[in-house]
Amino acid sequence: MNNSPYLLQPASVQSVMLRVLIALLPGIAAYVWFFGAGILVQIGLASIAALAAEALMLALRGKPLQLFLGDGSALVTAWLIALSFPSIAPWWLTVSATLLAIIVAKHLYGGLGQNPFNPAMVAFALMIVAYPQLMSQWPAAGATDFAMQWQAIFGSRMIDAITMATPLDAVRTALHAADANTTVAGVLAANPATGGIGGKGWEWVAAGHLAGGLWLLRQRIITWHMPLAFLAGLCLVAGLFNLIDGARFAAPLFHLFSGGAMLGAFFIVTDPVSGATTPRGKLIFAAGVALLTWIIRSFGAYPDGIAFAVLLMNIAVPLIDMYTQPPVFGHKDGEAR
Amino acid sequence: MTVLQRLFSFSGGVKPAYNKEASTGLPIAMAPMPAQLVIPLHQSIGGTPRPLVAAGEYVLKGQRIGGADGDVSSAVHASTSGTVVAVEMRLMPHTSGLSARCVVIQPDGREEWIPRQPFDYRGATPEQTRDYLRDAGVVGLGGAVFPSYLKINPGKGGKLDTLVLNGAECEPFITCDDVLMRERAASILKGALIMREMLGAAHLLIGIEDNKPQAIAAMEAAARAANEEAGHPAMQVVPVPTRYPAGGAKQLIRVLTGIEVPHGKRSTDYGVQCFNVATAYAIYEAIALGQPLISRIVTVAGNVARARNYEVLFGTPMRDLVDLCDPRPDSDRVIMGGPMMGLLMPADSVPVVKAANCVLVGSPKLFPAPPPEMPCIRCGECAKACPADLQPFELYWFSRARIFGKAQEYHLFDCIECGCCAYVCPSHIPLVDYYRFAKSEIWARETQKEAADVARERYEFRLLREERDKQEKAAKLAARTVAARATAAAALAAAEKPVITAADVAKKALITAALERARAQKAGVRQENTGNLTPGQQAEIAAIEARRAEIREMAKPHLRQDD
Repeated sequence: MNNSPYLLQPASVQSVMLRVLIALLPGIAAYVWFFGAGILVQIGLASIAALAAEALMLALRGKPLQLFLGDGSALVTAWLIALSFPSIAPWWLTVSATLLAIIVAKHLYGGLGQNPFNPAMVAFALMIVAYPQLMSQWPAAGATDFAMQWQAIFGSRMIDAITMATPLDAVRTALHAADANTTVAGVLAANPATGGIGGKGWEWVAAGHLAGGLWLLRQRIITWHMPLAFLAGLCLVAGLFNLIDGARFAAPLFHLFSGGAMLGAFFIVTDPVSGATTPRGKLIFAAGVALLTWIIRSFGAYPDGIAFAVLLMNIAVPLIDMYTQPPVFGHKDGEAR
Repeated sequence: MTVLQRLFSFSGGVKPAYNKEASTGLPIAMAPMPAQLVIPLHQSIGGTPRPLVAAGEYVLKGQRIGGADGDVSSAVHASTSGTVVAVEMRLMPHTSGLSARCVVIQPDGREEWIPRQPFDYRGATPEQTRDYLRDAGVVGLGGAVFPSYLKINPGKGGKLDTLVLNGAECEPFITCDDVLMRERAASILKGALIMREMLGAAHLLIGIEDNKPQAIAAMEAAARAANEEAGHPAMQVVPVPTRYPAGGAKQLIRVLTGIEVPHGKRSTDYGVQCFNVATAYAIYEAIALGQPLISRIVTVAGNVARARNYEVLFGTPMRDLVDLCDPRPDSDRVIMGGPMMGLLMPADSVPVVKAANCVLVGSPKLFPAPPPEMPCIRCGECAKACPADLQPFELYWFSRARIFGKAQEYHLFDCIECGCCAYVCPSHIPLVDYYRFAKSEIWARETQKEAADVARERYEFRLLREERDKQEKAAKLAARTVAARATAAAALAAAEKPVITAADVAKKALITAALERARAQKAGVRQENTGNLTPGQQAEIAAIEARRAEIREMAKPHLRQDD
């Protein structure tokens, strides 16, 4: 018989993960609306691969299958991979990325709760290094033809008709342009993928993730620290450079509603396992991710920088946590520690 | 009573289902006299009282049967008159299932008291009053059972700012303080005023969780009457928000005064002292009525049909109480205390002691076994719930990995084991168990280290002594040899004096030289062996010698056994 406390709140890892999945639904709905049902195929592929890899690893490690398969953590990783990859990526790219995430980034480090790096971001970083071209072919808004997407995912890749450079790419092009007359505004105006504030369609997906994220906040699954520090940090650095040179650096709102910023703010930097845990540490961690993201977006060679930024900050987590331990009851005048 | 008290807040805490209504419907009843009273001598923090009675002796109700032993200890009394049947080891009301020395009394049913008279604390020195309370067995009745006389000490300043009376009673199911406040408010306040006077406290605040409106009303009425009598607002009842663990002494002090008393510090150093309302009542009984602590109010609740509060003589078997309340058939355990911090009893036959604020009957339905433990996902729920502002998941990692130094660095000993972290953990990790484990390991290591230090000191001293003896012996021997040689040389000189030729001289020189060489050689050899030793080698030799001695020592008992 167990020791005190004998009462437990009805909470479980499963219910936490389930609510994270629910919070992803608005963003997915917007995705399907603007970019077609290809994303659902990717989510399905990633989910099956993740569960299969999870089952295999659990069996190899001699862990209870039902208990851990049911915790939902593998599904969260799978959905985040699917949502951060192009929805018309070939099936083997999504599947092998998911296998890498679950087998290498999660279980080889000790499984649930033990991974120092965000598994979905490990998968993204590896794939964008290995297959930069495939990882840069994003569907164009309105190109919702399912048959063509199916063909792109499973068949031969005749995809020029349905892809388009993202606005983030366009902005970086502006920055690197030798021509002094090229401006962010000009490039964006010339790019048909540009929407109201971010990418056409993408801004709605971002809005969906924002809504889901706010719900997670209300459900007390995540705290305000990370999303706020990430979004505010991104705004701050983007705003500063936009003020200095508005022709070369995009406005902060554009950054917030482009690429994976909203997904990152509420679903990726908030990963509790690989992120900082103290209140101040969370602020530092997320602000660091924001700064690195902006640098990689602006000066790097890759379309989005969140994955690398998260991985780099993951390395710093033990240090951040150690130096940001909150004062303990009765030791708040700073006499101890 | 309209003065508004500014309230502070402690971080964390949880709001479990309170389940308090069931046991507050009926007034306090006197529990019937059991067939036998088993009174453990050790019922408080500190030293185990010495037994003052032997089997066969007749004792009066309230007679001291255990005398306080050491600086931290508190007396124990016979709960009724009767005959001491035995002073022996009996099962303790503790999860460990260990036994402790108990005085077993066969009641004679006459309830014959010792002579009782009020104690004139105003005419006594503070030391005399403290000694009196120690011998009256008054200890903290909120569950910690810390001897109260040690707390009735105004500290360095000689005066306190605030005396806090703890009527928060935040644990689910427990209502003993609630009903005590409802029924005996005036007496509680009399006890509180005595303490206030002794502590020289400027303010007296009574904190009660706002889920006890009747207790608040009763205490407010009594406080109003007492204030009128005193002619000034001597005390104030303060309803505090209901949130577990608001009744933790440090949490309540924080809520009422804003002061945070760090772990290991006396609250009096911060101008505050805190007592449970039941302790105040016990002090009133001891000082105003001359009655030592022989009973307390116990809530019997949980998986019973008729939960109720009883006034129970210490030594009454818990089973007797449970039987009074119609336990449901699926009952499978008895817990002393509440569902958050209570102790699982090894059997329902264990006696009610001073720490027993509640006898909680459990069943698999009421307190289901926790779901399987999952890995920690560092979600931080525990940190949000921790009233001590700790990072429980870090303590968990360190405790689990046995990195006890780190655990202490992260303030393991500031943990009050309230159970909030385990209550909210989505991975169902029995976090408090890990902290208990780490704390006991650290204590065990410290004890071991102390023992090792003592042993090492003793050993080093022995080496020193042996070395000294050896040197003294060598010096004595050398002195004797020198003396002998001198006599021999003198005799020789006297005998060989007459004829000395040149050949003799040369021969003698040769002999002397040869002797000299031999001596030098001998000395050289000897030097190699024992002379030019480095301190390290000396220590090594000493260690070898010591081991030899030890082995000889070890061999001795065997020889004796063989004999």
